[in-house]
Formats: sequence, C-alpha cells, structure tokens
Amino acid sequence: MESSLLANLAILVLAGFVGFAVISKVPNTLHTPLMSGTNAIHGIVLLGGIIVLGLGGDHLDVFSKILLVVAIAFGTINVVGGFLVTDRMLGMFKGGPASARKPAKAVESGGGAGAGGSASRNGAGS
Amino acid sequence: MNVLVTVLYIVAFGMFIYGLMGLTGPKTAVRGNQIAAVGMGIALVATLLVPGMSNWVLIVIGIVIGTLLGVPSARQVKMTAMPQMVALFNGVGGGAVALIAWVEFRDDPGYVSHPGYFVVASLFSVIVGSISFWGSLIAFGKLQEIIPGSSIGLGRLQVALNAVLLVAAVGLAVVIGVGGTSEWLIVGILLISAVLGVMVVLPIGGADMPVVISLLNAFTGLSAAATGLALSNTAMIVAGMIVGASGSILTDQMAKAMNRSIPSIVAGGFGGSGTAVGGGDTGDKTVKATSAADAAIQMAYADQVVVVPGYGMAVAQAQHAVKDMAKMLEAKGVTVKYAIHPVAGRMPGHMNVLLAEADVPYDQLKEMDDINDEFARTDVALVIGANDVTNPAARNDPSSPIHGMPILNVDQAHHVIVLKRSMNSGFAGIDNPLFYDDKTSMLFGDAKKSVTDVTEELKAL
Repeated sequence: MESSLLANLAILVLAGFVGFAVISKVPNTLHTPLMSGTNAIHGIVLLGGIIVLGLGGDHLDVFSKILLVVAIAFGTINVVGGFLVTDRMLGMFKGGPASARKPAKAVESGGGAGAGGSASRNGAGS
Repeated sequence: MNVLVTVLYIVAFGMFIYGLMGLTGPKTAVRGNQIAAVGMGIALVATLLVPGMSNWVLIVIGIVIGTLLGVPSARQVKMTAMPQMVALFNGVGGGAVALIAWVEFRDDPGYVSHPGYFVVASLFSVIVGSISFWGSLIAFGKLQEIIPGSSIGLGRLQVALNAVLLVAAVGLAVVIGVGGTSEWLIVGILLISAVLGVMVVLPIGGADMPVVISLLNAFTGLSAAATGLALSNTAMIVAGMIVGASGSILTDQMAKAMNRSIPSIVAGGFGGSGTAVGGGDTGDKTVKATSAADAAIQMAYADQVVVVPGYGMAVAQAQHAVKDMAKMLEAKGVTVKYAIHPVAGRMPGHMNVLLAEADVPYDQLKEMDDINDEFARTDVALVIGANDVTNPAARNDPSSPIHGMPILNVDQAHHVIVLKRSMNSGFAGIDNPLFYDDKTSMLFGDAKKSVTDVTEELKAL
C-alpha cells in the first residue's frame, strides 16, 4: 500500500507539471473552449462513482447507493455535456473567422436583406 | 487492479494530454477535443472491466440519467448561454466528488479502516467539491440572471466571514481525522463548504464570472485528483491533476487578458453600487456623464454611428435592445455599423453570435481591420460595455500592461459615448484614457436599460 501511494504521488506531481507545460501560452480566443475542454476532462470523477458503487456490492445501504447513482449521473453530465459544448463552441470558429461567418449567414439568408452584398464585401476585406 | 485496466488507463490519460495540447491551438482544437473525448470513453470502458464489479443496474441507471440530462442541455443551449453551461457542468463534477467522499464516509464511519492519506484526500474532496458545486451554481445563476449579476456581499466583512467558514470546515475535518465518526461531522463539512462556495462567488461581478468559472474548474480538477489518490486510480489522478494545473494557469491567463488579478477578482465587490469616479489616481481627470436623452440627440443627428459591443453587452443581454435602437437610428437616416474586436466578449465569435441572434444584418458587422480606418469618419462611436479593446493606451502608452494589443480606434471618432455600469466596475488593473477624453461622454447604468432608454428618447424625437 505504501509503495503504491508513493507511486501515485509521483504520478500526481508529474501530471501537475504536464498540466503546467501544456498550457504555457494560449491565444485569448481559445480560453473559453480550453476551459470547457478541461472541464469535461475532470468529469473523470464518473469513474470514481462507478468504482465505489461497483466494488461496494451490497455492502452499501440504500441511501449510499442513491448518492452514488446521483454522483455517476453528475459525472456523466460533466463528461458528455462538457465535450459536446466544447465541440459546439469550437465549431463556431473552425478555420478562423471567415468560415465562422458562414453558418450564421446561412441562418440569416432567409431574412437578412443585405446577405448577398455582404459576401463580396467580406471577401474583399479578408 | 489488473494489467488490462492499467494499460487502458495509460492510453486514456495519454489521449487526455494529447487532446489538451490540441486544444491550445486554433487549428487542432476540434480534433484535440475529440481525442480527449475518446480517451474518456476508453477510461470508462476500462473501469467497467475492473474485476469484481457489481450493482450494474444502478451504474447503468446513473449513466443513462446523466446522458439524458447532459446531451440535450449541451445540444440545445444557446451560444449566448455557453459560459453558464460550462459552470453548471463544472459544478456537477464537483458535486460528484463530494458525494463519493460522503458515501465512503457512510460506508466506513470516520474512514477508520483506511490509511491516513485516504482520510486527507477524501476530506479535501468533500470540502473542495462542495465549494465548487455551490460556487458554480451561483456563477450559473448570475450569468443566467436568476441572481443579480452585480456584487452582493458584506464588503470587508466578507473576507473575514469566509475565513471563519473555511476554518470551521477544516476544523470539522480535523475532528474526523483524529477519530470522529459521527455522520453529522461530514454533513456539517458539506454544509459549511456549501455556504462558503456561495459566499465566495456571490460578491463577484458578472464580468469576472468566466475567470471564476475557470478557477472553480481548477478546483474541481484538484478534488478529482484527490479522489483518484484515495481510490488509487491512476486515470483519475492524472486527469484531475492536469485539469488542476492547467486550470490554474488558464485562470491566471484569463485574468491577465482582462487585466485583472485573481486575488482582486476573488475579493469581489465589483459591478455594484454605480457610484461615479472613484480611486485616487483619477483625481485630476474628470469624466463627463451624459443622459439617455442627450445621447439620443447626438446619435440622431449623426451621419454614421459605430456600435462597439463588449462583454458588458453580453452580461446585460442587451443585443435585442441594441438592434431596436439601430433600427430607430436607421429610420432617421443614420448609417449604423458594428465594430467587432476579436477578443470582445471573451469567447471566439461571442459578439457575432449575440448580434446574429438579435437578427442584426451580417453586412453591418465589421471586423477590426475593416472598421478601424472608418472611425475617423464616424460621428458617434457607441461603446457598449467594452473597455480594454478600446483603450488607446494599448497604442500610445508603452508602459501600459496592454501596450501592443490591437484595439479598435474608437478614440478617433468625433464623439464617443460609453455605456458602462460605473467607473469602478471596470477592469480595475488598468485605466482607460478614452473615458477621460474631452469628446467622450459616459452613460452610466446597465447596458440594456441604457440602450432601451436611448431608444425611447429616439422615438420621442
């Protein structure tokens, strides 16, 4: 047990440095998606809920089981929601601002009076 | 833990790291996110393969409930509501951590049959997870406007109260550590940490919320790592710690990008009272306050008005009001354009999405490079809740911390009207000379209300 604790502590420290190193310099525009992406990753707590519930067997009382089901549901929301939201967020500016305009323009084209004119102007601008 | 599970965990956290690296670059970000998601899937499968698992039905129920709640909310949430959605997802993660540690306590009162590190890690998880859960809920409530976005708090007393709460929570944890076994102890810690989470976030103004969410995100990561340590689960240790570390750095970078420091954000007290000029160094400089009526007249007789939206517009959800005002101006023969700074709003394309939602014609939205030459020909620049992106110090003042940052040349317009909550609600680290310019007038108040007032005045003209 002691040796596994030390190994785990070593992993903990190294992971900390990896985290610091990866996020050395990030453009401002990516702050929100990156926050959302890391947010999804800590949904890993889902595993904790599954392990405690799965290995707990019938040892756990009903209330504990309810708490763990809630914990697993919470973790799942964190993971699934987190990755999906990040993906949607990144979809807004895939390939830079030029293509980020397109989807919005497609939505706009029904009612937007000047949509046609904008295409040429924006094209010239960028 | 058998070899297969361990190997899959290693693959999984390798993918987390690789995915995270991808997320730091604009071109690789989408794929990075997908890689991290696949890594999460692998980690989940590995966990289900852990020998001796039971309670399958309950596990599946939990996952199904989570999926049914998580997928639609992530799919349907409006782009404008993204930051609060992230806050909510972060909060439930923290909640899960706290619940797991609570169950461990119920299963083994006082954690007496576990080694010391388990006790410490679990109690850390309970406190931090609970703070993160409730703090995130408050952040969500503020951004969703369920709770007023302005600062709510006790001022100086707040810090003292928070310190007392933290000491109380840690005190109860120590009681457990030295052998307390009553369940009330852990429930007490959960409750006190909950109050602490609420109290910490409540005084923080809406504009600082993204930084706060990022901070709580780092906290949840650390608590997940602590839970991983307690359960001796390497995937959780690595994933949690990476988020904890990268989240801390990211929080710092976000705060810096807004020219704020984390301590000053956490100390709170912004966006509140609406008092005029404060602070010692502004002594010899004066700002000119204006009224909605004056602003309306100024714009109604202009040839061209350029609207410069910023985070303040997003916080106040003023985009529809802005659109209505622009319509009134156009009816009076005024040309209206929107100047979009790339980092306005702290989310890529935030302003574009908001204005598109309000049906602002896309050809009126101008990128920074397209509009900057036009300011000199613009009669009125209407700055709505934007600050640093208009700060001429970035161009003129080499000593300014944001010197060199590309800005919108708002100061070249003939007149500037700045809509702002108050002078001291801004990004305190840095002064904006634009506000003290002779041709600038300030219209204080909530952006949405100010714009609506201006529209009313325009109708009356």
